[in-house]
Amino acid sequence: MPQAVPLSWYLILSAVLFTLGVAGFLFRRNIITMFMSIELMLNAVNLSFIAFSYHLKQVDGHVFTFFVMVVAAAEAAVGLAIILTVFKNRGTLQVDDISSMKD
Amino acid sequence: MDAIVFLIFAGVAVVCAINVVVRVHPISSALSLIGVMGSLAVIYLLLGAQFIAAAQVFVYAGAIMVLFIFVIMLLNTGAEERSRGAWMARLAGTPLLMALLGILSFVIFWAFPRRIGVHFGAFTGGTVENIGRAIFTTYLLPFEITSILVLIAIVGAVTLGYKELD
Repeated sequence: MPQAVPLSWYLILSAVLFTLGVAGFLFRRNIITMFMSIELMLNAVNLSFIAFSYHLKQVDGHVFTFFVMVVAAAEAAVGLAIILTVFKNRGTLQVDDISSMKD
Repeated sequence: MDAIVFLIFAGVAVVCAINVVVRVHPISSALSLIGVMGSLAVIYLLLGAQFIAAAQVFVYAGAIMVLFIFVIMLLNTGAEERSRGAWMARLAGTPLLMALLGILSFVIFWAFPRRIGVHFGAFTGGTVENIGRAIFTTYLLPFEITSILVLIAIVGAVTLGYKELD
C-alpha cells in the first residue's frame, strides 16, 4: 500500500486558498481583481466539496461543484457587464473612486 | 507518488494564489488565477473526480478566465494605485485573516485525524455516467432552474452591454 495523503491536507489547501481569496477581496482596490478573488474563493469551496465527496464515497459533491461552476459562469458574465458599464460611466476601476456612499 | 504529485500541485496553487493577491496589475493576477485553476484540476483528478477536472479546465480556465482577460484588455487599465482605505484594510484585516485560517485549520485537524487518507483510485464514482444520472434524477429540478438562471444572465449581460449612457 503506497503512502496515503491525509484528507486533512486537501482541506487545509482549501482553507489556505479561501483565506487568500478573502485577503485579495479585502486588500485590493481594483474591482476586477476583487472579482477574481471571489472566483478564487469559489474554487476553494469546490475543492472542499470534492474532498468530502471522496471521503463519503458519494457523487453529490460533484453535482454541487458542477452547479457552482454554472453559477460562477453566469455571475462572471453579468459582473463583467456591470464592470464595463461602470467603467464607461466613471472612467475608473478603483473602488474608492467609484463609491458614492460617502461625502 | 500520490503525496509527491499532491505537494507539487498544492504548492503551485498556493504560490499562484499569493501571486493573485500581491500583483498590482490585473492581467498578472488573471494569469496567476489560471495557474491556480489548472493545478486544482490535477488535484480533482487525484480525488477521483474526472468529470469535474475536465469541466474545471473547460469552464473555469477556458471560458471564465478568457472573459476576464478579454475585459481587462478591453478596458486597458494600468496598475492600481495605493489608497488610505487599502492601508486601513490591511492593518485591520491581517489579524482577522490569521484568526480565520487558524480556526479553520484547528477544526479540520480536530475533525479529520491523520489516519483518514486519500488513495488514488479508491473512489471511481466521478464518471460522466454517475454524475449525469445524479443530475437527471435526484437533482433534475435544480438543473432545470439553473438553465433559467443562465438564460437570465445572458439577457442581463446583453442588456447591460447595450445600455445607452448619459
